[in-house]
Amino acid sequence: MSKAKTLGLIIVLAAFIGGWQLGTNLNEAPQITSSVGGISYSGGGQADRVNTALPERTVTGQTLTVNPGDSIQAAVEAAQPGDTIQVMPGIYSETVYIDKDDIHLVGVIEAGERATLDGLGKLNDAILYSGNNILIANFKITRYKGNGIMSQAGNNFEIRNNIIIDTGIYGIFPQLGVNGLIEHNIVSGIADAAIYVGMSDNIHVAHNQVFDSVAGIEIENSRHAIVENNYTHNNSGGILAFITPGLPIKTTYDVIIRNNFILDNNIPNFAAPGSTVAGIPSGTGILVMAADDVIIEGNIIVNHKVAGILINDHGNAPGLTLDPDVDPNADRVMILDNVMHNNGYDTIDEVRAFALTELHTGDIDIFQIGPSKDSCIINRHRYNHVGLGDFADCDFSNTDSTHSYLLAGGAKPRVIESEERGEIAYMGICAGCHAYDDVLIGPSISDIQTMYAGNAEAIVNYINAPFKIRPDYPEMPAQNYLDPETQFAVAQYLLNIPLGQSQP
Amino acid sequence: MAHLLSTVSPENLLKQIYRLLLLAALGFCSVAVAEDPATISLSQQCPASFMLSDDNQCLLRNLYQLYDSLGDQGIGGLKTALPAHRDGFSPQQIDLGRLLFFDPVLSADQSVSCATCHNPAQGFSDGRGRSIGIHGQLGSRSAPSLWNSAFIKDFFWDARAQSLEQQALSPLFSPQEMGNNPGQLLSSLQAVEAYPKLFKQAFPDTGDLSLGQIATALAAFQSSLISLNSRYDQYAHGYAEALNPQEMEGLNIFRSFVARCSQCHMPPLFTNQQIAVIGTPEPEGMPRDIGAEKTFNSAKLKGGFKVPSLRNIAETAPYMHSGRFETLREVAEFYSGGRGHAVPEGEELLLHWHISEPNLTGDELDRLVDFMGSLSDSSLLPIIPQLVPSGLTTISGQSLE
Repeated sequence: MSKAKTLGLIIVLAAFIGGWQLGTNLNEAPQITSSVGGISYSGGGQADRVNTALPERTVTGQTLTVNPGDSIQAAVEAAQPGDTIQVMPGIYSETVYIDKDDIHLVGVIEAGERATLDGLGKLNDAILYSGNNILIANFKITRYKGNGIMSQAGNNFEIRNNIIIDTGIYGIFPQLGVNGLIEHNIVSGIADAAIYVGMSDNIHVAHNQVFDSVAGIEIENSRHAIVENNYTHNNSGGILAFITPGLPIKTTYDVIIRNNFILDNNIPNFAAPGSTVAGIPSGTGILVMAADDVIIEGNIIVNHKVAGILINDHGNAPGLTLDPDVDPNADRVMILDNVMHNNGYDTIDEVRAFALTELHTGDIDIFQIGPSKDSCIINRHRYNHVGLGDFADCDFSNTDSTHSYLLAGGAKPRVIESEERGEIAYMGICAGCHAYDDVLIGPSISDIQTMYAGNAEAIVNYINAPFKIRPDYPEMPAQNYLDPETQFAVAQYLLNIPLGQSQP
Repeated sequence: MAHLLSTVSPENLLKQIYRLLLLAALGFCSVAVAEDPATISLSQQCPASFMLSDDNQCLLRNLYQLYDSLGDQGIGGLKTALPAHRDGFSPQQIDLGRLLFFDPVLSADQSVSCATCHNPAQGFSDGRGRSIGIHGQLGSRSAPSLWNSAFIKDFFWDARAQSLEQQALSPLFSPQEMGNNPGQLLSSLQAVEAYPKLFKQAFPDTGDLSLGQIATALAAFQSSLISLNSRYDQYAHGYAEALNPQEMEGLNIFRSFVARCSQCHMPPLFTNQQIAVIGTPEPEGMPRDIGAEKTFNSAKLKGGFKVPSLRNIAETAPYMHSGRFETLREVAEFYSGGRGHAVPEGEELLLHWHISEPNLTGDELDRLVDFMGSLSDSSLLPIIPQLVPSGLTTISGQSLE
């Protein structure tokens, strides 16, 4: 027998004996990992301690006041970036949309009385915005058919201290935005998610109370989000982090769900048929589906009939569409210390059947199904769990070193030099009618250069309010929709186009 | 051509007017002036909105390049960058593609050109619910508009092609569309006096006239069809008065979470480039088109089609993959009619989660139509050649302008 073979045999024997010994010492005290101090999570890549999502204002504009009977939208239209709009207590029935940057829309609360947006069950959405650096605070919003507060692509936003009651689909719904803070809101009676973060990055959801809705807080197809210190109760599902297939943004990762109170989320699921949340089993504390790098830490998760934490892949969600560009598995799920009690006491058949394959009966705090690579847990002995066989022991015990994923100074706008701006505007707009040396629809650039002889301001004046110069040419349409910076840049640009260079 | 002086003296006014009339008649272009197709040469200038680089590439410039988008995916709100685009073709390749696009010599019997079904005068579509190919054959799908093809990543209604080049050859060899085959296509192009010379101008370094060169030229031309200067765009760039009150109301319905249009028709391209199963009915008597089920081999995508861009949508009636709806109003009504209302009983379709029951009012439907009209812009329409190298008549029996 060679030495190598002998060694192999000894290892096999040792393993066998070791296993036999473990099997007999059932009452040996489990190893307890302390989550106080110790090694902190080092993933996620964010070391800044940032508490705000709004960059400091460079311009402090006017404060406009809206009184009952006035239109909030009229104030938005009158406002310039840098302005604050204060809305006095009273009832306002309108849809407010903000398609400009750096507007603070703030309700005034007097002795508990709020500026109230009332959709009367007829209006679609209460507030929607697309601008950057937007603050929405202190409103009461009720009886809208669509959303309470929604955005499309606004970066650096704060949505704070609003009370949103019974507004249809979503209470608060930022979409396609970077760097946002949603805190201290009370949201209830929502047919989908009370707070829904969709396709966004660097989001902080904290200190909100959400209840009587289908989903409490939902992080969908988003990255770098922290959900902490919220109170979510009496929904069908408490807090969700997942990927919906078929959306243009394909991932969810780096999500921390920590220090939330997640209690009694057992109300019947009343979502619209076909909606993604219609698939949430009523009685789920936390749901993680197909999302990666999700950390669950320090939550109190109590009284959920299906499970305290439910983790699954898309393969176990048959109602979803096919998306070959999405990774369907929930990988690198990390479960740190949580207080869990009385979960899974009346679970659904699918969960019960799978639990039986592990000979598990009774309560279920944590239920995991489907492939889940490199996931881990600490102190697993505390919980009633199913499907954690592949979960390793985490080599860290807390997320203390990750304060938030908000960006210091906010998400920065793209920096465009004046010359590039001029070129973009010239090529994008002017070149449809003007060529360098030839006549297209309007006169040639060489003619224009001769005529204006270096006077960019005169060109700016002309393109703002064109008038007929040449009787045999069509009149030029006004280009007054361009902002002054772009107008000046394009005027400079066309005065400096080197003639003939592009025409060999 | 000579310079046109900015000051017009009486003695040359007539001359200028004559010249302008001539330009208008020819649809100003430095090429197609010749009567003899053999003398056609290719433009050395890029189309409008493209800048010529030092190494002879046409590079797209548009105002949306002032902005960013989340994850560079080109979706979002008003001031959001567009998706990644194709550009970098040479002026000669684009111009050759333009001549090929309008030349019926590409089809088996020289009766059909690309422009037959993608007519610039009809939003690069054909005004039909289902297109008609060679020998008058009725197809099963509607010709999609080609505007802004440069930004599209999957082609055909069922997303079965992943590049403009791959897409470009498919209709040429489809028995239902142009009916040609590679051998005949190459020999008929070689037999046209001008083409070998023009291909040499466009492809000086890649050998003899080839299928790859044809695909590149057609892709180059399609990628030059840019429509980004609509009144909506002016609004998006910050000009609040660009939309009238009805259109503005329509925009707010469009992006509201009751109608949810913008959840799939996302600005700024007005598509999220995904597959959606929405359950529109086929024309009377036509069986269900399974669409993307075939492409992805998944029953979950039965009846699924690519979300089309809505830019220039008002120019391309009728609507949906097989043209079941005549007007945009009918389309809007379909979405308001309730989830699955047009799916026959017993048919299983995994309908998209945003297909709901918004119960929009009649006025709201009208405002949506108003808003969609603000997405029209044909200001950079390419010049339609009056003469193509084969000398064949372009788009016989159809009006081009």
